Amino acid sequence: MDPQAAKFIGAGLATLGMIGAGVGVGVIFSGFLQGATRNPSAAGGQFTNLILGAALTEALGILAFVLGLLILFS
Amino acid sequence: MADPMHQFQIHKIVDLPDFTLPGVGTIDMAFTNSTLSMTVAAVLIVVFMALVTAKPQVVPGRLQVVGEGVFSYIDNLATGIIGHEARKFFPYIFTLFLFVLLMNFLGLFLMFTATSQLAVTATLAAITIGLVLVVGFARNGLGFFKLFVPSGIPIFILPLIVLIEVISFLLRPATLALRLFGNMLGGHVAMKVFAGFVVSLGALAAGGGLGLLGIPGAALALGGVVALTALEFLVAFLQAFVFAVLACVYLNDVVNLGHHH
Repeated sequence: MDPQAAKFIGAGLATLGMIGAGVGVGVIFSGFLQGATRNPSAAGGQFTNLILGAALTEALGILAFVLGLLILFS
Repeated sequence: MADPMHQFQIHKIVDLPDFTLPGVGTIDMAFTNSTLSMTVAAVLIVVFMALVTAKPQVVPGRLQVVGEGVFSYIDNLATGIIGHEARKFFPYIFTLFLFVLLMNFLGLFLMFTATSQLAVTATLAAITIGLVLVVGFARNGLGFFKLFVPSGIPIFILPLIVLIEVISFLLRPATLALRLFGNMLGGHVAMKVFAGFVVSLGALAAGGGLGLLGIPGAALALGGVVALTALEFLVAFLQAFVFAVLACVYLNDVVNLGHHH
C-alpha cells in the first residue's frame, strides 16, 4: 500500500477514539439531567462537578484528535 | 478550499535579535502575532480591572458590578473547591481564568488565537503543575507522596492503585495543555471548513445548470458557520472555566492532603 494512503487511513482510524469520549460525555449529561429533573433545587450546586466530569472525559477524545493530527502531519 | 490550518501560522511582526541562553541554546525573541494577541489580552485585563477599581463605590455602578461579578464568581469557585485556604491561591487562579478567557475570545474577534498554540497552553499547564508541586512539597514535605496512596485500599491491590495514581498524576499536565489546545484548534478548524463550503458551493452555483443546487447547500453551510460561532463562544468560556476548575482541584489535592474538609 502507498505509505501516504496508509497515513490517511491511520489518521482516520485514530479519530475513532472519539466514539468513547462522545458516549462518555453523553452519559454524564444524561445522569445530570436525570438528577436535575428529580431535584431541581440541588442542580445548580452541581454545575462545577458536571463541567469537571465532562472536561475530564473530553480530554480522552482530544487525545485521539491530537493523535490523528500527529499521524497526519508527521 | 482555503487551507484550514493557515490561520494558525506564526508570523513575525517585529524581528528582534536572537537571544542565546547558556545551556539551552538560541531563542528567537521575535515579536509574533501570537505574542501580540497575548499582549492585547493582558493589556485589556489590566485596563478593565483598573477602570473597575478606579472609583469604587458602596453602591456599584454598571462597570463595577461586572468586575465584582467576575471576581466573586471565581472566588466562590475557589472557596468551594479548596476551602478556607483558597484565598492564598486566588490571585493565580483569577489571573489564569481571565488570561485564558481573553485569549480565547480574542481568537473569535479577528485576532490570532494564542491558545491554539501548544507552546502557550503547555506553558500555562507547566506553571500550574509547578505550583502544585511547590505547594505540595512545601506544605507536606515527603508526605506529598501520600497523594499516590489512597487510604482504605486492600493491601493486595495497592501496588496496582499506586501505579494508576502515579500515571494519572503524570498525565495531568499533558491533558491540561492538550484539552485547551485541542478544543481551540478543533473549533477553529471546523469553523474554517464550514466557511470554505460556503465559498466552494457558491462557486459551483455560479456555474449555472445543475450547479444551482449548490445555493441551498451554501445557505445550510452559512447557517452552520453561525451556529458554530455561537458554540465557540460557549466553548471559549467553558475551557477557561475548566482550566481554572482543574487548577483548583489539583491545588486542593495537595493543600488538603489526607483530610477532607
